Amino acid sequence: MRRDFDTGLVEAVRTGTSREMSDPYESIFVHVVTKAMVPMIQIFAFYVITHGHYSPGGGFQGGVMLAASTILLRLALGRDESFRRFPPDWGALLAGGGTLLFAILGVIPLFFGGNFLDYHYVPIPGVDPVGLRYWGILLAEVFIGFLVWGALVAIYDALSGGGR
Amino acid sequence: MIWQLDFWLMLVLVMFAVAALEVKDLLAAVGVLTGYSFLMALLFAELGAPDVALTEAALGAALTGVFLLVSLFFLDRRSED
Repeated sequence: MRRDFDTGLVEAVRTGTSREMSDPYESIFVHVVTKAMVPMIQIFAFYVITHGHYSPGGGFQGGVMLAASTILLRLALGRDESFRRFPPDWGALLAGGGTLLFAILGVIPLFFGGNFLDYHYVPIPGVDPVGLRYWGILLAEVFIGFLVWGALVAIYDALSGGGR
Repeated sequence: MIWQLDFWLMLVLVMFAVAALEVKDLLAAVGVLTGYSFLMALLFAELGAPDVALTEAALGAALTGVFLLVSLFFLDRRSED
């Protein structure tokens, strides 16, 4: 009765090393609920990222939620299926690419006389300084979200030995 | 801010912290620590810091537990001390 509520990882820890951590969990309920939950978690994560400048949340929190959805796939569906949906190379790629884009976005205002991340110095015709700050903060949140997503999934893959 | 709610949350929080230190089964310790993080998120939300509460709920209550479980997979389940 109790083991029906465990994910595969908890059961693997509970029963010793009788099964591989990267095997899919054998209950169909876990698979169906996981496949239904993951898109909703990701949509809410994108909401948290893109509304980070109005409401609680932001790039880091939304990125953690995205990583949680991917790690839920890893735990429930096993190595083969979850690697088809999110390959292990993407973790490091997203982390590095997100960091690079965020750094580039922050450095751009330096060429126009502003400070780091001081977006309203960037001369884009037709956009007032308030709009520049708005879009700059939004882009920075999106890049931070992707880099946190990639970094946390890469940490999980490195810990569980799945990224080899 | 309701001081009765704060009081009981903090009391249960301390109990969870002591239980996470005292319990010998590391799997149970991970579970208790996850509950501690969840109570911490409730307390942050109640004290008027929803941003910190969101971070604590997503990172402390979800991902830290998973990472500790993954490390526990490569270790013995029982604590030695």
